Amino acid sequence: MPLHTVSFLVENKPGVLFKVANLFRRRGYNIQSLTVGPVEGSPLSRMTVVVDAESRILNQIVEQLDKMVDVVKVKRLDPLRTLSRELLLIKMKTSDPIARIEAVNTVNAYHGLILDVDPDILIAEVTGPTDEIDEFLKRIGPIGIEEMSRTGAAAIERGNVKLA
Amino acid sequence: MTEMTGAEAYVKALEKEGVKYLFGVTGAAIIPICDDLLKSKIRYIGGAHEQGSTHMADGYARVSGHPGVVQVTSGPGATNIVTGLATAQLDSSPVVALTGQVPLSMVGTDAFQEVDIIGITASVTKHNIQVMEAVEIPHAIKSAFYISSTGRKGAVLVDIPKDTQTDKADMVFPDKVEFRGYHPNIEPNSQEMHWAATLLAKARRPVIIAGGGAIASGATMELIELAEMLQAPVATSLMGKGAIPSNHPLSLGLCGMHGRCEANYIVPEADVLLVVGARFSDRTTGSLRGFAPNARIIHIDVDRSEIDKNVDSITRIVGDAKLAIRGIREKVAQQRNTGHTDEDLVKRIKEFKAQSDTLNTSPLSGPEVIRAIRRAMPPDSIVVTDVGQHQMWAAQHYDVRGPGEFFTSGGLGTMGWGTPAAIGAKAARPDLPLLNISGDGSFAMTENNLAIAVDEGFPVTVVILNNGVLGMVAQWQRLFYNRRYSTIQRPKHPDFVKLAESYGATGVKAESTKQIETAIKRSIKEKQTTVIDVPMDPEENVYPMIPPGMGLKDILLGGA
Repeated sequence: MPLHTVSFLVENKPGVLFKVANLFRRRGYNIQSLTVGPVEGSPLSRMTVVVDAESRILNQIVEQLDKMVDVVKVKRLDPLRTLSRELLLIKMKTSDPIARIEAVNTVNAYHGLILDVDPDILIAEVTGPTDEIDEFLKRIGPIGIEEMSRTGAAAIERGNVKLA
Repeated sequence: MTEMTGAEAYVKALEKEGVKYLFGVTGAAIIPICDDLLKSKIRYIGGAHEQGSTHMADGYARVSGHPGVVQVTSGPGATNIVTGLATAQLDSSPVVALTGQVPLSMVGTDAFQEVDIIGITASVTKHNIQVMEAVEIPHAIKSAFYISSTGRKGAVLVDIPKDTQTDKADMVFPDKVEFRGYHPNIEPNSQEMHWAATLLAKARRPVIIAGGGAIASGATMELIELAEMLQAPVATSLMGKGAIPSNHPLSLGLCGMHGRCEANYIVPEADVLLVVGARFSDRTTGSLRGFAPNARIIHIDVDRSEIDKNVDSITRIVGDAKLAIRGIREKVAQQRNTGHTDEDLVKRIKEFKAQSDTLNTSPLSGPEVIRAIRRAMPPDSIVVTDVGQHQMWAAQHYDVRGPGEFFTSGGLGTMGWGTPAAIGAKAARPDLPLLNISGDGSFAMTENNLAIAVDEGFPVTVVILNNGVLGMVAQWQRLFYNRRYSTIQRPKHPDFVKLAESYGATGVKAESTKQIETAIKRSIKEKQTTVIDVPMDPEENVYPMIPPGMGLKDILLGGA
């Protein structure tokens, strides 16, 4: 099933994340990722959810979210106009000097940053669209992933359009 | 601004909402509120069990149109209302639940009688709110009433920790509350109404299905006028019963799994189907493949999320059904000559009606008992039902003149709803006789509410269609499991006549329709809570029936 990005503004108060997550669980919607953060200068938070759904379900996700009292505005983002980024923090085992060089090269190739260097360990930060992060991980896999933390997608539409 | 305790503010907020009755069961976490209720004119109706109290609030809400209020304590008091909230929510009934909670400092510690009722009820309420400070109480209560009673109505819960009941604050009582994310009043779109009218005006076989939303919006007059204008027959979902008088020549009655012949034969023939305030429940549609296969569907609903949820529509109107139908009717009138009667259609409906009414006429069959109840009940009266075979017979055969005469637990199908709901309904309309059509299984689930009917002076009549088994499951096992009966035997019932008497009610055993009628009439005349126990054949099936997974036309009329 195709992936879709839905962004929505919610009241920034306790329990709202639970209710949103509960809605997805109860209705059996498949979440690929969910990100939340407060909106500057506003009592709202923005949530971005990437879902795996065909169109009837996608429509239901939008409408069921919109129905919640604590959800202020919902929008299915246009895939052709959407900028989407996630952040990856990754710890790599690089005791072997060749592996280390390859790791650094790969991080550089994906415009990542080396954040921490230890005799056996490199920590890097990589941002990009989800498929790019997936690609990066595929490349780095053979070198050795010790630990990783991904944020899920933050997304915004191009041009003079606004969610709120 | 006045300084007062949270509990005082709570009582004042309820009074400002015009609350007359508070149904509930008390407990430790709401003692401060109970203390302040002593000074109020709000009448508290103490229940035997919180589930019953919630059904009372629900019955009150459905009959009065105003929110019914249930007040319970924390922990088990709160968990016991969950079934009642789900029942109200699924049938879009405005119920406000107020739960005590352990003090905020103890929330999250698994304190005595603490449960996370916000988490537990999130999926069975329209909205819920936990109060975090005393000062929030007036706003939280106002919000609960506003949200539960506007748009698509439903259940709203407010959880009130004990310390916020005793803390003092400068209280402000808002006359109005607003939410950034809640805008219930949607004007039907004029263009959509125009398209709907055009489709209907050109239709050769238009059919209307009316659901609970048609009744909730008070659209029945407009609906009947439109139906007559179009000569469109009107079927109803279970919740829509009463949207058109049963004896109207265009009335098809109940549609779906236990729908009447006229509905299930005529709905699939539609070329344009107007669905008003109904949500295409599986019980109403049967298999979607056999449900109006050639129809272009127009869907009116106040809840946008119902549009295209189960069935795709070609035209959709989001908004109040009454306004939408009024708009459509005006536009149809401009496009179509009206005033004729489709004699052929009326004749066919009449023939199917006769077929539905003669499927089982043996003396104490389900349909005959329902007809006897109808004969005994005065025109101005209310029946509610429990859930099971008796409910379906009632839905099929209890004739009504309009909305407000028949109430039932449709979406959730809550056995045991009837008796407490009847009491709540009686509180809303003390002037009208109230009768619960019940079964032995359903009645036994909440019979303890008879004590409240007797004590509080809300006389209700209960007719138990007593076949000694859980009949609907027995019917499925008979029809689809080759008579392998399992788990349908009830524990031995008490003698329902003596049981009624032990509550101070009247108990009657009635073994003929004549005796049923006599007992009902007496109970109404004497205003006495009465239980009428009617022995029934445990082998009787509800017909018509659409077997699960089949289409409307695959109707079983009998046999087995």
